[in-house]
Amino acid sequence: MSDSLNFSYTVDGENFASAGQASVQVKKELRQLGIAPETIRRVSIAMYEGEINMVIHAGGGVAQVNVDDSGIEIVLKDEGPGIANIEQAMQEGFSTAPDNVRSLGFGAGMGLPNMKRYTDEMHIDSTVGVGTTITMKVNY
Amino acid sequence: MTINDIKNYLDAEVLCGEEFLEKEVFSACGSDMMSDVLAYVKDQAVLLTGLMNTQVIRTAEMMDMICVVFIRNKKPNEEIIELARESGIAVLTSSKRMYEACGILYSSGLCGKAE
Repeated sequence: MSDSLNFSYTVDGENFASAGQASVQVKKELRQLGIAPETIRRVSIAMYEGEINMVIHAGGGVAQVNVDDSGIEIVLKDEGPGIANIEQAMQEGFSTAPDNVRSLGFGAGMGLPNMKRYTDEMHIDSTVGVGTTITMKVNY
Repeated sequence: MTINDIKNYLDAEVLCGEEFLEKEVFSACGSDMMSDVLAYVKDQAVLLTGLMNTQVIRTAEMMDMICVVFIRNKKPNEEIIELARESGIAVLTSSKRMYEACGILYSSGLCGKAE
């Protein structure tokens, strides 16, 4: 792969049931590209957690996936409330998700830690009141 | 252990994925919190859960899990089953409770460790 391949998805913030659709799509695309299953799994789990976060906290956003010859980059961009304390948000078990989200199986404060666990690089750029952009990279 | 063995051990009903019954599973995860499930990757796994929504199937799909068992006699709706069908995941429902269901599978040799 000499050129980079780009996929872009809109994450619908209104519909919890549809959250994860972009990750499913990415998984299919990566499979077709013949990427190793372990790499695909890491990318799709990290992106799925990010997608769920965008739906829970930010009213949706845009997910972009770039595939090049070194690995796969995932960029999740939203215009939500932003993250006031990133260090705190990265702690396992810390959550600001509303109670109703917990009854849906999420909001346990594992989303961001999981995203970090499965990726080789992760960068959070967030401004309160403006939005959050998370860039993750999974190397081959 | 095959999915068919799980069906027998848990006295479960197969709601979709009959064609996968002979597939083998090597580990299992029992949880209602999907992010806890997503934290630990295991190969060829089965997910036992009391949670009932489409994200259960998506979580299983992300983890490359091949079977979901709904416990306490919970019956997923058609939307959930359809998504499982599309994703190639077998769906079972059992009247056992979580603790009992996990205990039965564990003591029958499904120890939760990836092979």
